[in-house]
Amino acid sequence: MMTVVTTETELLSTKAPVPPAKHRIFTLRRFTTPIVVAVILGLLLWWVSSLQLDSIEQRTLNWQYIARRTGEHLSLTVVASALVAVLAIPLGVITAKSPSKVFRAVVLALANIGQATPAVGVVILLAILWQTGYTTALVALVIYAFLPVLRNTMIGIDQVDANVRESARGMGMTPMQVLTRIELPLAVPVILAGLRTALVFCVGVATIATFINAGGLGDMIVNGLKLQRYPVLVVGAVLVACIALLIDWVAGFIEDIVTPRGL
Amino acid sequence: MSDSTATRAANGAVSAVSTRSGVGITLDSVSKIYPGQQAPAVEDFSMSVRPGELVMFVGPSGCGKTTTMKMINRIIEPSSGSIAIDGRDVLSLDPNELRRHIGYVIQQIGLFPHMTIAENIAVVPRLLGWSKQKTADRIDELLTTVQLDPGTFAARYPKQLSGGQQQRVGVARALAADPPVMLMDEPFGATDPITREKLQAEFLRLQESIGKTIIFVTHDFDEAIRLGDRIAVLSDRSQIEQFDTPASILSNPANDYVSSFIGQGAALKRLALIPITDARLKAATGASGVPTVVADASLRDALDALVLAGLPAIDVVDGGRAVGSITIDAISEALGAEVPGMPPAGA
Repeated sequence: MMTVVTTETELLSTKAPVPPAKHRIFTLRRFTTPIVVAVILGLLLWWVSSLQLDSIEQRTLNWQYIARRTGEHLSLTVVASALVAVLAIPLGVITAKSPSKVFRAVVLALANIGQATPAVGVVILLAILWQTGYTTALVALVIYAFLPVLRNTMIGIDQVDANVRESARGMGMTPMQVLTRIELPLAVPVILAGLRTALVFCVGVATIATFINAGGLGDMIVNGLKLQRYPVLVVGAVLVACIALLIDWVAGFIEDIVTPRGL
Repeated sequence: MSDSTATRAANGAVSAVSTRSGVGITLDSVSKIYPGQQAPAVEDFSMSVRPGELVMFVGPSGCGKTTTMKMINRIIEPSSGSIAIDGRDVLSLDPNELRRHIGYVIQQIGLFPHMTIAENIAVVPRLLGWSKQKTADRIDELLTTVQLDPGTFAARYPKQLSGGQQQRVGVARALAADPPVMLMDEPFGATDPITREKLQAEFLRLQESIGKTIIFVTHDFDEAIRLGDRIAVLSDRSQIEQFDTPASILSNPANDYVSSFIGQGAALKRLALIPITDARLKAATGASGVPTVVADASLRDALDALVLAGLPAIDVVDGGRAVGSITIDAISEALGAEVPGMPPAGA
């Protein structure tokens, strides 16, 4: 927005030397999330170690098992999100730039279907039609998390001020230069917000991978439920929640670093 | 006077800014019909703009003045007709290459928010492949020209600047590659009256020293009178109702449409364009302690001083010395002298 100087004092205040804006990245508030997560995990550890675990619980509640399931879970989440980024951002750019309203509508409708269908449904359907295992779970996650990134890329590019676009064009930038030098940098915050949403989606939905034998922390939750071993269930659920919080925190951190200054 | 020293200093800084002065622009039977619309937005527009001339397009909103201007750098492609800059047909040039050699300033400025002021100004030089050093020198030079301290402003982002400062950067950015032609679409429209007047004065001073060929679109007739060498008063479909100097349009409006556009107080507006020295001055009264008016002011300033003083005549001073006195009669006479068929003042 443009600020119009209206009063003498305002005029003076705008003339006062203002240092260039600096990102305040490392603040105390910034570290609230990891501290909270550490406290929760500490309490969980203290609670579990105070319990008398039976043989079934011992098979699950040990460092090796938990580390493997967490690794699977993270791998599913991160690889799926990376695939979404690689696929949905270019498609979003193409769709935003496409003059065809029909093409836009079709792409958005397909992405909507991916997300509107219950995640369990997508996973099971794919498993029936194709195969079980890690790859299938990955594909299901990609389908599910596609929409937020696609839509945010489109919105991010669409929302670039028409005047900024026109002055870029008026200065003699080619359409490609307008895209790479102006539109994409200005869309970065919106695209990253979509990616962040996708990441958090993936952490949650990756728990379903257990139904098609693709591992992850869903194994602990489902086993805990089926075998009525509540410590197992609780540890699985709390870990998923903590991962979601941490991933969101890391994404927010990256967002602040990558967002162009001046915005 | 401190003001005039400031002016001289600014002009001194400006003289190095431009090595290329303006070139002529010719529009010949240019029309624009938007697809799906019956009536053309611009119909059969022909105009010849002289090198170094500042031509104002004035007209109500939606009259097609902006469309006409934007066809010159092909932001809008004309449906028919031809446009030539310096004798070269713009429609045969690569539009991107063409635009790099035409300065372009729009009302909303359109500074790139993610780039610093220096980076904003460097856009066209970068597109043209200038060296880093040449670009950096140019940025310093231009910021100084638009009266922004390079040390303070170069590293700032647009949102840290006031509206008036952003508009100055917009002008500096358009001048970056020293284009012979500038297109300006209501560049001062979104600023408050005080800032606008200041920007207009600075702009006039700048144009005096750089002599670009400028097409300037505005809906503010007073702005057109103040800035323009010639004014084109446009009506619907960008029809030219009158194309003449501000003084001629004020003294001799071509038709009712132009008269209505001038509005009330045409005589007063004309007075602002005539220097005091054009009036027949009488002998200085030599009275002390009464208001005086400086010799390089306009007749409007003189009238203002006369009315305020309530005296039949006040002295005109040049460099502290009274060179004569001015009366209401002399002002009326000078105004009458602008009408053809009357003997000119001082004849």
